[in-house]
Amino acid sequence: MSDINTIETEALASIESAGDLGALEDIRVAELGKKGRVSGLMKQLGGMSPEERKEMGPKLNALKTRVDDAIRTRKEMLEAAALEAQLASEKVDLSLPPAPGPKAGALHPVMQVFEEIAAIFGDMGFTVAEGPDMEDDWHNFTALNFPEGHPARETHDTFFMKAQEGDDPKVLRTHTSPVQIRSMMTQQPPIRIIVPGRVYRNDWDATHTPMFHQVEGLVIEKNTHMGHLKGCLIDFVKAFFEVDEVEARFRPHFFPFTEPSAEMDVKYTRKGETIEIGAGDSWMEILGSGMVHPNVLRNCGIDPKEYQGFAFGMGVDRLAMLKYGMPDLRPYFEADPQWTRHYGFAPWATPSVSGGLS
Amino acid sequence: MKFTLSWLNDHLATKATLDDILALMLKAGLEVEEVEDPREKLAAFTVCKVKEAKPHPDADKLRVCAVDTVDGEKQIVCGAPNARTGMTAIYAPLGAYIPGLDFALDKKARKIRGVESYGMMCSTRELEAGEDHDGIADLDASIPLGTPAAEALGLNDPVIDFEVTPNRPDWLGVQGIARDIAAAGGGRFVQVDIKKVSGNAECPVEIQLDAPEACPVFAGAVIVGVKNGPSPDWMQQRLKAVGIQPKSLLVDVTNYISLDRARPLHVYDAQKLSGPVVARLGKAGETLEALDGKTYKLSEDMCVIADDSGVIGLGGVMGGQSTAVSDETTEVFIESAWFDPLRTARTGRATGIHSDARYRFERGVDPHSCLDGLNMALALIVEYGGGTVSKPSVVGEPPVNPRKVTFYPADVERLTGLTVKQTEMRRILKDLEFVIEDAGDAWYLTPPTFRFDMEQSADIVEEIARLIGYDQLPTTSLPAPEGGVRAITTPMQARVRTTRRVMASRGFLETVSWSFMSKAHAALFGKIDESLTVANPVASDLDYMRPSILGNLAQAAQRAANHGERGVRLFEAGPIYLGDGPKDQRTVVAGLVRPYNERHWQGAPHTYDSYAAKADLFAVLESLGQPGDRFQVADPVLPQWHPGQAAALKLGPKVTVAHFGQLHPGVLKALGVDGPMFGFELNLNALPQMKAKATKTKPVLERIDLTPIRRDLAFVVDQAVPAGDLVRFAQGADKKLISQAEVFDVYEGTGVPEGQKSVAFELTLQPREKMKDEDIQALMDKVVAAVAKGTGGVLRG
Repeated sequence: MSDINTIETEALASIESAGDLGALEDIRVAELGKKGRVSGLMKQLGGMSPEERKEMGPKLNALKTRVDDAIRTRKEMLEAAALEAQLASEKVDLSLPPAPGPKAGALHPVMQVFEEIAAIFGDMGFTVAEGPDMEDDWHNFTALNFPEGHPARETHDTFFMKAQEGDDPKVLRTHTSPVQIRSMMTQQPPIRIIVPGRVYRNDWDATHTPMFHQVEGLVIEKNTHMGHLKGCLIDFVKAFFEVDEVEARFRPHFFPFTEPSAEMDVKYTRKGETIEIGAGDSWMEILGSGMVHPNVLRNCGIDPKEYQGFAFGMGVDRLAMLKYGMPDLRPYFEADPQWTRHYGFAPWATPSVSGGLS
Repeated sequence: MKFTLSWLNDHLATKATLDDILALMLKAGLEVEEVEDPREKLAAFTVCKVKEAKPHPDADKLRVCAVDTVDGEKQIVCGAPNARTGMTAIYAPLGAYIPGLDFALDKKARKIRGVESYGMMCSTRELEAGEDHDGIADLDASIPLGTPAAEALGLNDPVIDFEVTPNRPDWLGVQGIARDIAAAGGGRFVQVDIKKVSGNAECPVEIQLDAPEACPVFAGAVIVGVKNGPSPDWMQQRLKAVGIQPKSLLVDVTNYISLDRARPLHVYDAQKLSGPVVARLGKAGETLEALDGKTYKLSEDMCVIADDSGVIGLGGVMGGQSTAVSDETTEVFIESAWFDPLRTARTGRATGIHSDARYRFERGVDPHSCLDGLNMALALIVEYGGGTVSKPSVVGEPPVNPRKVTFYPADVERLTGLTVKQTEMRRILKDLEFVIEDAGDAWYLTPPTFRFDMEQSADIVEEIARLIGYDQLPTTSLPAPEGGVRAITTPMQARVRTTRRVMASRGFLETVSWSFMSKAHAALFGKIDESLTVANPVASDLDYMRPSILGNLAQAAQRAANHGERGVRLFEAGPIYLGDGPKDQRTVVAGLVRPYNERHWQGAPHTYDSYAAKADLFAVLESLGQPGDRFQVADPVLPQWHPGQAAALKLGPKVTVAHFGQLHPGVLKALGVDGPMFGFELNLNALPQMKAKATKTKPVLERIDLTPIRRDLAFVVDQAVPAGDLVRFAQGADKKLISQAEVFDVYEGTGVPEGQKSVAFELTLQPREKMKDEDIQALMDKVVAAVAKGTGGVLRG
C-alpha cells in the first residue's frame, strides 16, 4: 500500500505548509472530506476480503487520525498567529487621558474635627445632642444663671432677631450651652452629652467671625467632681492632639453657669509655622469649664443635693487651627476650593478612636 | 484693669517678687493679660560717670568721652550737646538693644569719624523712659555708678494688666486685688487708714433723695478755698502708668480713688450749683450735656442728679458740663453715692456712655463705702489743694446687706474631690473678710459688703478651691458609664455623616457658609418672614437667616470661578430656617455645580445638567437607604428653580423632600452670579424615619434560580406626559413580577404624530416559578392596558 504512505507524506507536508485557515480547510476537505483522498481509501475497505480488511483497517484508521491531528495542531497554531496579528493591529495609546470626571472632593476641617471630638467623647460614654440656633433669652441666658441686665450678658455680643409683636426678641445662640438646658429639661440623669454646633457673636476681625463653632459638654451624675473634670479634659486633649503627654493647668475664671469655674491652658511650642501642643515654654487657653451651677440644675428641675457634674465648652475652629495648622480663621467660611482641597479631608477619612482620628 | 506693683504694695505687705505675684494672681483667678516691666526692658542699662569729655578731632559736634562704667573705663563717642566732664549719665554697653530706636548696638567697637566708640550714652527717649531727646539723660550726681537705669530714672514699677471678670467688681480697685493675693498666700493685707479732715460747719449743699430705689444713699461734703492745680507727682505717675491722663487735682483724686478703692466719686463746682442736689428719676423731655460734650435725651427710667437749674448729671454714669470743675474752681462739692446696678446698666446701654463710673456701678460698688470714699477724697484734696472742709452729709441708708450664705464644709470634697482641713477653710474665709458662724455641718457666713457673687455653698467652695489652687485638686479619669458605651449619634446625625461622604466622594467640596444671607437675596427664595431678620446684623448683607443654602453656594461658586476655578462643585450640610421657633430649623444638604465642559480627545463628555444633579441627589438618597424611586417627581414649588428644568421630589402630595435641577436664571442674575448652575437641596428632616429593627439578624437569603425575562416596549404618548408616569403605570401592572423598568429611548419626529413622543423602556420580569409564553404575553397585555389607562399611551407597533 504505497498509496497510504504517499498520501500521508503529501498530506502532512501540505498541512505543514498551509498558510492560513482557509488553505487548511481546503486541505481538510481534500483529504478527509467526503470526496477526499483518505476518505476514498476508507471507502475501499468495503470491497476488501476480511483478511485484507483486518490488515488495512487499522492502518487506514491510523492514517486518518494522524492527518486529523496534524490539521488540528496546524489550526491551533494558525489561530494563535491570527489572534496575535489581530491584537497587534488593535494597539491603542494608553498614555492618553481617560474621559474627565469630577476632581476629588473634600470634607471641611471643622466638620471633620466635630467628628473627631465626638469619637473621643463617644468612647467615654457621651452621646451627641443638638439644639436650635435661634434661641429665646431664657435658654441662652436666664436658665444659665445670667442675671437679667447683668454685664455678663454684654460680654457675649449677642445678635438679636427682630422682635415679633408682644414677644421678647429671639437671640442667635451665643454658645452651645442652651442645649445643656434643653437636655436637662427632657432627660433624667445620669447625663453625658456633647453638643456640637454653630454659635453667633456680633464681632468680626482677624480672630473673630460672626459665626463660629463650639462643642459643649455636660456630665450630670451623683458623684462626679472637679477632679473628674480635670481628668476628662486632659484625657480629651491628649486624644485630640494625638500626643502621649499634655502639660495642662486649670485656672479659676467666671462663667455664670458654673461654680467653681475654670479655664484650661495647655503648654505648647511654636516651631516656625507649626504649633506643637503638650509641652513647651508657653501656655495657651483652650477651653472653659466648671461644675454645673446649682441654680442651673434647679432651673432644670434637678436637685443639686442629689446630682452634680461638670460642663465645658470649646471653640472648634481654633482647635482645628491648632491641630492642623490653618493660620487664619476667616477662610473657613469662604468656600475657597483651593483652601478646602488643601486643608480638607478625603471622603473616606472617618475618625475613630480605634482606627485613629486622623 | 491696670495697676503697678508699688501701688499694690500700699495694700500688701509682701516679700513676693513680680513673678510670684503673677503666679498668685493666676491661681486666684485674676487672669494676667500683659506685664510691662521697665526693669526688664532697661536691664542692660546702668548709671555711668563721664570722667572727661573732649572735642572729637575730626567733628565739631561730637565729643570723645572717657566714661567710668560697670564694665570699667570706656571710650565713648557721643553726639549730645550736653555731654560734659563730671556728668552722671546712662550707659549702654556694646550689643545692647535700644528700645526707643529699635536697633541693637554692634557687638564690636565701631569707629565714628576715625575714633573707636565702646558703647553709647542714652537720652530718656531712646530708653522709652521720657520725651527728652535734646541730649543724653543728665542724672543727679549722687546716684552711684552701676545703679540700674530703671531705678535711676524712677521707672522701677512694673505695670500689670489683667481681666476683671464681671463677678468681681472689687478687683476694680487695687485694694481688692491685694486682698485676694494675700488670701492666696502672697503676704499680709494692709488696711490703709483714711485720715479724717472734716470740719465743723454743716455741708452747705442740701442733698435730697427722691428715688431711693435708684439711689438709696448719698454722701457729700464741700471744700471752700481749694486750689485746683495739678495733682502731686506720685499720683500723676500712678495714673499715667495705668493709662490715665492727669487733668487737675480734683479730677485726679476722683480717678485715683476709683482705681484704689473701686469707689467712684463725682466733683461739682459748688459755685455753679443752685439749690439742693437731688437724686431722682429723669423726666421725659429732659436732656443733659454731659462731660463728654454730647447731649443725651433722658428718660423716666434713668437716675439723674439735678438742682434748681435742671439735670446736672446721670447718676453713676457721667456728670454734666454745667457744673463741671475747672482750673478756676475754688469751691467743690464731692458726691459719694450708690446707684442701683441694673438701672445704671440700662442707662449706660440706652445712652451708649462707657465710663469708669458706669463700669463699676453696673457691676456693683460697695454700698458701705460712701463715707470712706468721701473722707479719702477730702483728705487728699485738702492735703494738696488746701481749703476748709464742711461736715460730710450722709443722706439715706445703704441697701440691706447681702443675706447670709449657708456653707456646708463637706461640699468642698463633694464638688472638688479634695479634702481640705476646716482650719484652712476658716483661714481663707477670714482673709476674704467673711464673718463665720460655725454651726457644725453648716456654717452661716456673712459675706463682705463688696461681694455680690456669694449666694450659696457652691460659691464658697469656689473661693476655697481657687485659693488653695486648682492644681491641688485630684486628676481622675471619668469612669466608664454604667452599662457601657452605646452608639453616640442620632439617626439624623448619622444621615449627615453619610451624606457628606457620598457628596465628597462624588467630587464635591464641602463648605461651611454663613447661616446669614441678605434679606434682599432671601426674598428670591420665598416669602420674607420678618422674624428671621437679624435686628443688629454684623454687616448689612448678612441681615437674614437663610431659607436655603443655595444662594450662599452660588455666590461662593462665582467667587471661585472669578479666581479661575472651572467646574466648581460645592456642597454644604447645615441648617436652614423656616421660622424662629425651636422646631423651624431644618438640616439640609445642598449641592451646587457650576458646570464646565471639558474638552476630550474622544469627543466632549457628557455635561453636568439637571439629570446629573438628579444622579447626585439619588446617590445620596440611596446611601441613606431611601432609593429615589420611592419618591415622585413633580414640578418645582420653590421660586429659585428653573420652572421647566427642575423638579420637586415628593413623598405623597404634601411632603416635599428635595428639589433638584437647574437654578432659575433670573434668581442667579439677581444674586449677581453667572449661570447656568445646577444642584439640589435635600431636607434631611423630611425623609421618613427608618424603623429601628428588632434584630440585627438578616432574613435568610431567598435565592432565585429562574433567570429574569426582559422585554422591550415602546409607547406613543402625548408629549406632555412624563416618561416617569409610563414607567410607574407599567410597573404597577404587577409589582411582584416586574422588578425593573428602564427608559432607553425617547423619540419625537418622523413616524410619531405631531405633539406626541415615543418612549421605549425595558421591563425586567423576575419570575418566582416557571412562566409559559402565554403567561408572559398575558402580563404584557396587562402592562399595555395599564399604561393606556394611566397615560393614554398606545403601544407602538
